[in-house]
Amino acid sequence: MAVLITTSIITAIGVFLAALLTMAERFLLDYGVCKITINGDKIYEVKGGNHLLGSLQEQDIFIPSACGGRGSCGLCKVKVLEGGGPLLPTETPYLTKEEIENNTRLACQVKVRNDIEIVIPEELFSIREYEAKVVSIKDLTYDIKYLSLKLKEDETIDFVAGQYVQLKIPSYGNIKDEVYRAYSIASPESNKNQIDLIIRRVPNGIATTYIFDYLKEGDTIFFNGPYGDFYLRDSHREIIYIAGGSGLAPIKSMLHKMVEEGINRKATFFFGCVSGRDLYFIEEMKNFEEKLPNFKFIPALSDPKPEDNWSGETGLITEVVDRHISSGGDYEAYLCGSPGMINASIKVLESKGIPEEHIYYDKF
Amino acid sequence: MDINPIVIFFASIFTSNIVLTNFLGMCSYLAISKDLKSSWGLGQAVIFVMTITTILNYLVYKYILIPAGLEYLRYIVFIIVVAAFVQLLEMILERFIPGLYYTLGIFLPLITVNCAILGVALFMVIREYTFLQSLAYGAGGGIGWALAIVALAGIREKVDETKIPKGLQGPGFALIVTGIMAMAFVGLSGIANIQ
Repeated sequence: MAVLITTSIITAIGVFLAALLTMAERFLLDYGVCKITINGDKIYEVKGGNHLLGSLQEQDIFIPSACGGRGSCGLCKVKVLEGGGPLLPTETPYLTKEEIENNTRLACQVKVRNDIEIVIPEELFSIREYEAKVVSIKDLTYDIKYLSLKLKEDETIDFVAGQYVQLKIPSYGNIKDEVYRAYSIASPESNKNQIDLIIRRVPNGIATTYIFDYLKEGDTIFFNGPYGDFYLRDSHREIIYIAGGSGLAPIKSMLHKMVEEGINRKATFFFGCVSGRDLYFIEEMKNFEEKLPNFKFIPALSDPKPEDNWSGETGLITEVVDRHISSGGDYEAYLCGSPGMINASIKVLESKGIPEEHIYYDKF
Repeated sequence: MDINPIVIFFASIFTSNIVLTNFLGMCSYLAISKDLKSSWGLGQAVIFVMTITTILNYLVYKYILIPAGLEYLRYIVFIIVVAAFVQLLEMILERFIPGLYYTLGIFLPLITVNCAILGVALFMVIREYTFLQSLAYGAGGGIGWALAIVALAGIREKVDETKIPKGLQGPGFALIVTGIMAMAFVGLSGIANIQ
């Protein structure tokens, strides 16, 4: 008897509180339909009460975000002109003084509780989610794969060579949440029905483990994009490309663009690897050298093994760049690789008198 | 126990401070005491929540648990009541007092798991407080907690400008400061004693 009374009283208290909260949620958190006005002319109607980032995603507008809305990457910045409420303590660490003054906010922290007016870069409207089929997965080296994704028959993606997409990695094995990871597009921008990615295995990486061990040809995968302002600038300067490992991807796309559009600027591509087993796409680069008379490909190994029979450049990529680039030339540099490599390369390039504003990079 | 509620109120702020004599509510006390502004925000939220949950728990204990003979379940019931109340409060603030929600809102989920709140409710039971005594104890306990965290934040902000040995940075240093503060507060314990 005592057991029954105990259980029923505890249950009653629990049920009462749960009911109270459910009712409260139903009535208190119902903000009705709110209007989001974007750039003054496009109006979307969404259900109020959710975060701006998610509400925009429902309308197929994708604000770049690396953390998926947890407020830890600080990428999803938008200008909120009206209706965003005061700045939250969770946002301030990611905003500069100027950004706070011109009403920049993090879309993943701002809640849509009333009509809201925001400004986003126009090109974000071309970003959307795509469904694609894995048509091939090829080994480039022992830890780098070449992934080709084909869109649905009548779909196209408009991107600029050098931009990246975010692959959606579904939950698998012990990984409970889906994650997004960014990869640069390696294929030519004229090929609008397919994108190719170059992916290097990260030991124990959530996304790369999935791609290397789980993903098969014929599988369906989702990605969104394109993102990024790493693309070939229109000028007459001599081009320096520097890449390491899978950083070759956006450079390859840019080289395709140069071939297709007949851009015959002088260009040198420094490709840094550790030893012979890390090198790939040597044939492709030779092809580019044939099609682009002013293009030169310089691979460099920092630690060649005896069995590599290496006769090319050796040393860290920064040392090789240092040997080949003369001071005071009119250069424009495009860098893609690890932050360490990029920071070291920027130092070398600046010591050669190349101004900061002519150095473009994509760190990963 | 027949102590004047006013004595309990001041005693729970100064002489029986929940942080400095019982060392309760340490997680958020250490984590949010890096700057004055946030610590004051959290302090306000604790004052508010502690006062109201102590009263709620008093009523639940006196009118539900005692008549049903379920005093031994108070730990679970108190926690559920605190969690549900904080959730409800968050929703009410978000809807009706957005200004307050923006200052206190992000701290509310932290308070659900603040053991000082549960500690106050349990002490209230052990010491057999009446309604008015519980009210004074809840409010005083909250103010005492806020006083301690704001004091620590003030000290930490000043000390930030000096060099601290690497191993002591962060929580290590905060705990040493808290210990010294606790000793200072012991000096007041002759005024009134409620423990």
